[in-house]
Amino acid sequence: MSSPKTDKPGSVTGKAKDSQAQRSPDWANGLRQLYDSVVDEDLPDSFKDLLSQLDAKD
Amino acid sequence: MEVTERTASEKADFKRELTQVVPHLRAFARGLCGRADMADDLVQEALLKAWAAQDRFQPGTSMRAWTFVILRNAYLTDMRRNRFRGEYDETVAERILTAPAGQEEPIHLSDMHRALLTLPAERREALLLVGAGGFSYEEAATICDCAVGTIKSRVGRARAALTSMLTDGDIPRRSADDATAHRAILEELDEVAAGNGISARG
Repeated sequence: MSSPKTDKPGSVTGKAKDSQAQRSPDWANGLRQLYDSVVDEDLPDSFKDLLSQLDAKD
Repeated sequence: MEVTERTASEKADFKRELTQVVPHLRAFARGLCGRADMADDLVQEALLKAWAAQDRFQPGTSMRAWTFVILRNAYLTDMRRNRFRGEYDETVAERILTAPAGQEEPIHLSDMHRALLTLPAERREALLLVGAGGFSYEEAATICDCAVGTIKSRVGRARAALTSMLTDGDIPRRSADDATAHRAILEELDEVAAGNGISARG
């Protein structure tokens, strides 16, 4: 079964899917958002404690 | 190996740069192993190792790349000890990504994260480094201690798999499936680890 006219990204067929994987996909920005969402978090106190203790180790 | 004693100012520089990359280490670790608390444990372990190895850091080179190697090696070691077992962080489940132009259904961060966790470890880390961390293929190859072509291939396969999962909605659901995925990852890790040295390099 083939439906040549479709606007839904979720319903691409085999060939279109292959070419879709070649270019930067729609979700690529989401990957960066996932990463940045962690980068932007406040640093937990445990890290501040650890970093402040490092100097004492010398 | 020649190790020169660092001056106080060099040590201060190292400390400052190390502090600056902590958020990035947390983001990379969170992508590698699903749970936030385990990821943070991993980062703390990597920080201690980086601090102990600071004389091997070349001032002026990328602190982020250098510490990522240490984090990655700590992760591989812990994975082989089976410390991470199909864990998934539910706290990201409520966050919704902005819907890409032309796409009707917004992609949830949780979907993205779960899809990411189903990838074989070596493809996942390659995609994290290039697609999320913004490293070049060359930098990622150095971090993973493999050829640039290998990284390109892994990123390409990871992208194809994620595209398939996210656009077709074919994402494993929650914990049970994640456990299956992690078992597959554990099996692949022996292979990954066998081909990659454990020592952190500058």
